[in-house]
Amino acid sequence: MPFALSPDRERKLQEMVGRYPTKMALTLPLLHLCQEQAGYVSDDAILFVSQRLDLPTSHVKGVVTFYTLFNQHPVGKHQVWVCRTLPCALRGAYDVIEHCEKRLGIHCGETTADGKVTLRTAECLASCGTAPMMQVDKDYHENLTRERVDAILKDLTDS
Amino acid sequence: MLKRTDYLTRTYGKPQGWTLGVYERDLDGYQVARRVLTTMTREQVVEEAKKANIRGRGGAGFPMGVKWSFMPRASSGTASGAGVPGAKPHYLVVNADEGEPGTHKDRTLMEENPHACIEGCIIGCYGIGAHIAYIYVRDELHLAKARLEGAIREARLKGYLGKTPFGKDHAIEVHVHSGAGAYICGEETSMLNSLEGRRGEPRMKPPFPANAGAFGCPTTVNNLETLAVVPTAFGMGCEAFSKLSLLHSIGDGGVRLYGVNGHVKKGAIVELAVGPTLNELIYDVGGGVQGDRGILCVIPGGSSTPILRPEELVKAPDPKSPLHPYDGKSVFDVPLGVETMRLCGTMLGTCCVTVIAQGTDPVWCLQNLMQFYTHESCGQCTPCREGSAWLLRVTTKLLDGQASRAELDGLHDIANGIMGNTICAFGEGTAMPALAFIQKFRPELEACVRGERPRDKAVLSVEPWQ
Repeated sequence: MPFALSPDRERKLQEMVGRYPTKMALTLPLLHLCQEQAGYVSDDAILFVSQRLDLPTSHVKGVVTFYTLFNQHPVGKHQVWVCRTLPCALRGAYDVIEHCEKRLGIHCGETTADGKVTLRTAECLASCGTAPMMQVDKDYHENLTRERVDAILKDLTDS
Repeated sequence: MLKRTDYLTRTYGKPQGWTLGVYERDLDGYQVARRVLTTMTREQVVEEAKKANIRGRGGAGFPMGVKWSFMPRASSGTASGAGVPGAKPHYLVVNADEGEPGTHKDRTLMEENPHACIEGCIIGCYGIGAHIAYIYVRDELHLAKARLEGAIREARLKGYLGKTPFGKDHAIEVHVHSGAGAYICGEETSMLNSLEGRRGEPRMKPPFPANAGAFGCPTTVNNLETLAVVPTAFGMGCEAFSKLSLLHSIGDGGVRLYGVNGHVKKGAIVELAVGPTLNELIYDVGGGVQGDRGILCVIPGGSSTPILRPEELVKAPDPKSPLHPYDGKSVFDVPLGVETMRLCGTMLGTCCVTVIAQGTDPVWCLQNLMQFYTHESCGQCTPCREGSAWLLRVTTKLLDGQASRAELDGLHDIANGIMGNTICAFGEGTAMPALAFIQKFRPELEACVRGERPRDKAVLSVEPWQ
């Protein structure tokens, strides 16, 4: 099915057009809008971006596959990223990961059977002073305790 | 001695501290930009900026004023005709793609004092002859982006941004541009490719960004903190600002954000005059080591900077060396500055110190870091793409007690094979910490080969997570 942006996202795109001297510079902002709408960047979305920006699909696909945050496949309704890099690891990040895996019944990289939560590890999220931490959708949760993680995950699975 | 200041951090933790009202009330917001734009020429701005001795806050420590002076004199002007016909437009690109493990300072600025960043952009744009600044923020920092965008809106409404900021015929616009989760985009030429809508692969230099940067036009890439401190420097006079530093005499001026994380009692970001020591940061700012343990090692400024151990002593018998006053003392008692850390065999980096307590497994720390570099190598240069993966494979085998002596010796060759053989500094950033761990924890690595360090006994955290 051909991909199209919703009217509000189309408006957001139009606001950004004048910011850059080239159309190509809109590749990342437009891909973000597509992903925000569909949860991932499908082949149809790639075709849509390439047509809107007059770029070869190979260029757009190349960009999508380069950046970690563009999902190439459908993901859960909520995204949980637990930072695993050294400063967090020194303060219990691996325990946080194990705890999340147990609570959700999945491994990192997987989505719960009801499609609600995708659990992944992240490379440094610039929150080292308040480790351990995790990102849930757009929000940071810092200085995590077991109790706090339980509450966050319960909110997600109940939603 | 620690010299605490609050030029940047005065708005931190205040109610609505990120709004224009608080910035204008508590920090005389935008008065400096107004004065600079209405009374100084572009050349005067660059000359003044040089006197501040602001070493780039992103890690490499290049003097900011000197970088500004590399920009061509002629730039295309505004619609009303200022500028040189036929010249290319100039761009300011602000690096806020903070993602180096152990670095957590720029995020606090964007979230708690975004207007200082915008005011810095205005002065920066004027100084380099640019009309557009792009702040490249990593996508994960949604709150930071929202605060910056809010600050831009407020500044534009007041006429501080737009066609004639402060009535000056020098249009300035600031835009926030989101990354998409690639550490390498913190490398300046990779950031430019990413901004242009390409894969974030670093470019060959030359040409340097000052000649051909964003969209093929002259560009200055500055770290966000570097620019955020500019209004402070111009406000008090750049020379006076430089003299706040304990290392003013060796060209490392002003104040900057320092951070502590890892095995300290209290992780923190503080603003200090340049030149605190590691011991001061760990004990006075971080409250000491968790469990009151000794220190195994520290990473002085982001994971790419080689580790230092407390038993290392300064060797500087030459009276001309800036380190001479510390000859024979521990490296933990040396003021943290760009030159001083270089002379200690490491780098200042981003000034955010990761503390690793005794009892922690250094092999696991190394393996953890190599996981990061393997994941984040952009894959463009073979030595880095393959080398980082080899380093991870061998360190994982060491950790599991499966590596042979030959493989341990091979680590050194792999790391050396990356050094100097890649387009960008990511290669060195991978190899340098690996080499430092190999050199400074040789006995532990050899014990792994002999099977004397079982994996299930390896620990990373001091206090159990609960």
